[in-house]
Amino acid sequence: MSVHDAAAIAANRFGLGARPGDLAQIGEEGRGWLADQLKGAPSQLEEAGLRPGAQILAQGLALRARRRDAKSGEAAAAADLLKLPQLYRPIYVDEVNARLRAAIASDRPFIERLTHFWSNHFAVSVDKVIVLGLAGAFEREAIRPHVLGNFTDLLLAAERHPAMILYLDNQRSAGPDSPLARLVARRAPERKPGINENLAREILELHTLGVNGGYTQADVTEFAKVISGWSIGGGQGRFARGEPGAFVFRPELHEPGAKSLLGKRYADHGEEQGVAVLRDVAQRPQTARFIATKLARHFIADDPPASAVERLTRVWLASSGHLPSVYRALIDSPEAWQAGSGKFKTPADYILSGFRGLELPVEAGHGAIVSFEVLGQRNYSPGSPAGWPDRSADWDGPSALMKRIEWADTVGQRLGSRRNAMKLASQLLGDTLSSATRTAIARAASGAQALTLLLTAPEYMRR
Amino acid sequence: MILRRRDFLAGALAAGGGLLTSRVVFAGSGASSEARFVFVILRGALDGLAAVPPYGDPDYTRLRGELAFGAPGTPGAVLKLDTQFGLHPSLAFLGESYTARELIVFHAIASPYRERSHFDGQDVLENGFAQPHAVQTGWLNRALAAVPARERKELGVALGQNVPLVMRGPAAVASWSPSKLAALDEDTLARITDLYAHDPLLSQRLADAVTADAIATAGSNAMDSSAPVRGNARYLEVVRATASFLKREDGPQVAVFDTTGWDTHANEGAAQGQLAYRLAALDSGLRELKQQLGAAWGNTVVLLATEFGRTAAINGTRGTDHGTASAAFLLGGAVRGGRVIADWPGLSSGALYQNRDLKPTRDIRSVMKGVLGELLRVTGAALETSVFPDSGAARATAGLTRA
Repeated sequence: MSVHDAAAIAANRFGLGARPGDLAQIGEEGRGWLADQLKGAPSQLEEAGLRPGAQILAQGLALRARRRDAKSGEAAAAADLLKLPQLYRPIYVDEVNARLRAAIASDRPFIERLTHFWSNHFAVSVDKVIVLGLAGAFEREAIRPHVLGNFTDLLLAAERHPAMILYLDNQRSAGPDSPLARLVARRAPERKPGINENLAREILELHTLGVNGGYTQADVTEFAKVISGWSIGGGQGRFARGEPGAFVFRPELHEPGAKSLLGKRYADHGEEQGVAVLRDVAQRPQTARFIATKLARHFIADDPPASAVERLTRVWLASSGHLPSVYRALIDSPEAWQAGSGKFKTPADYILSGFRGLELPVEAGHGAIVSFEVLGQRNYSPGSPAGWPDRSADWDGPSALMKRIEWADTVGQRLGSRRNAMKLASQLLGDTLSSATRTAIARAASGAQALTLLLTAPEYMRR
Repeated sequence: MILRRRDFLAGALAAGGGLLTSRVVFAGSGASSEARFVFVILRGALDGLAAVPPYGDPDYTRLRGELAFGAPGTPGAVLKLDTQFGLHPSLAFLGESYTARELIVFHAIASPYRERSHFDGQDVLENGFAQPHAVQTGWLNRALAAVPARERKELGVALGQNVPLVMRGPAAVASWSPSKLAALDEDTLARITDLYAHDPLLSQRLADAVTADAIATAGSNAMDSSAPVRGNARYLEVVRATASFLKREDGPQVAVFDTTGWDTHANEGAAQGQLAYRLAALDSGLRELKQQLGAAWGNTVVLLATEFGRTAAINGTRGTDHGTASAAFLLGGAVRGGRVIADWPGLSSGALYQNRDLKPTRDIRSVMKGVLGELLRVTGAALETSVFPDSGAARATAGLTRA
């Protein structure tokens, strides 16, 4: 491995793409550059105007309630009121732009990549309108503060955030013997409240143990009962309790009693019953292996070498899920530093590396956001709780490649005359720049075409 | 001069021996080359008991409560299929197709998958094996590789930016999706093609994209539109592109696209609401497909299937959780339709799978095998050995098509 290889891999595979000057600064110490980023507190977004998620949600819920009243004729006409997407879209745009600015400007791009990784691991998707205003706050409040902490804390923060509760339908899930269910059974037996097992299932399948992690349908159902009552504060009538828009535990929805799942009995301490289960699940070896595999897939290869997965799993278990220890083991994995075994960039990787490499600003409005939509990876919209996939075959389809090329061409036309593509090629790709690409850029008919060729080169398509 | 990609392709074809000509060969005649097959994946687990309500089942209304549909002739009624089953009222075109004997409705049908993960369920629906992640290829691609007299470059096309698992494998397939970016000029495209010469993956993908674009946009100005295409409009554009591919005599015979939004855990709705809206959109797209295909509709079979069904009873939030068996549809001019095919297990608590879901009584691979054999002439030996190797117990259903 040459010196420049190490710098290019550190900046492009572990980071979000080199900026001009980055490789020279990293020099011979790619690993040290990454390890240094793990020191100190995680970076927070410091953008004016970003509000707490609870406030955003309370505003949305209040609007919904006003629209409902308006439709039943008790207030101003519904037509005069905003619809929820109209309220939330500008918030979404501001949140995404703040996120992109952080990714592009960051001197700790490894931490930003990890933030995106965990955001995607605990995916919420804005195809649910209520998530549209909350996805950014979810990342700021549940993910960012814990990216350099312990997995247990990250897990608890993610599952209890209102965005997750709402995305996976837990807010009204009611135990069959909960106080509310008993009340309804007496007064209106035809409207029987009950369990919604969506959040419980996805926590076990997607966030912790993994689909083959040794749990059964009975475990899912019991777990759903355990977290019945995990809900959102502020509502109407019976649901008026709690800080509007914030997590609240509603004893009236909670299934009472001790519960047994995953081979262990949990006494009922209300809200704490679910916390106790999550703490245990976070420390299970299946969780360690499942997430070690995902990390290795993200940073090493679509089918990660067993040696690396073993090493990360061991460190995870030995450190009880201390994430910086796991990241250090990843940095120290020789498998991650093989040149030429690069990961095919996702559309988001591709665009972010373009913005960083070309030093493009993210203006207010839709300018940057549209690129993600066109290339097929709209921010915070994986479309399913599994998050965006992370293998080449999921992203390298013919039509996807053509759109990427067309995007590169559009950028090339716009900026080619103001950039030196040949110089940039060395600055961004270091020794991973191939002689074929160098020749193609040198022979290009115009500055615009030269830049397009750099941005479409095989080594630039990968990280 | 700026050339559009389709002009570039036409130029390459005219030049002879160019980039692509050597790989595009026109198909010979023969009954099977007329046949067209479309696989529509309904991702998210379609509620079969809402799409095809078994209104005649004595336990149905009790289980479905406020989401139950009325019998024909009552408010919010189903569209009647027979004395047992109806269609969701949003499925008007499917109802007409049933009357015209161009629709078979399957019920209590499922893939071999018996757990409740969307992602593994879709993997099984697409890989054709009994287990998730058994292979990295799809049954439809393996079937294409086994189609006799394969004279075309690509027998299959995936409508969408990326190729879904069901279409991945040894056979070359095209893919296409709507774009709002400007097309490249000829010279830049040629240089990128050169740059990819030593990268097998990218060179293959690029060649496929160029071919697909030429076909999808032939005779239309869709590529010139700069207006963003969203939601249902995008789906209709995918449907129209599907028809463009399948109408060509030398084009693909098989297309795949998917639709999402079927994961109705809360506030599913009945005659109105979330699911009704999705079903109406699906139905109108299928009507559009028939119109766009014109005469080719007579040789077409469309299979619509989902990864699994949903719970028989509604949950505590007026929706349904992950279940097991669901419904599936076989639609098209080449379908011997006007039938419901179901070994109905019933909905009494003893009849439910694990006391919660509609019990599967039919392996959907028997339908897939029947269609592939009759329509695309995939041999029984190929179906048993390479396409669905562990499906011996699921015998091909005969007589589904007019082929």
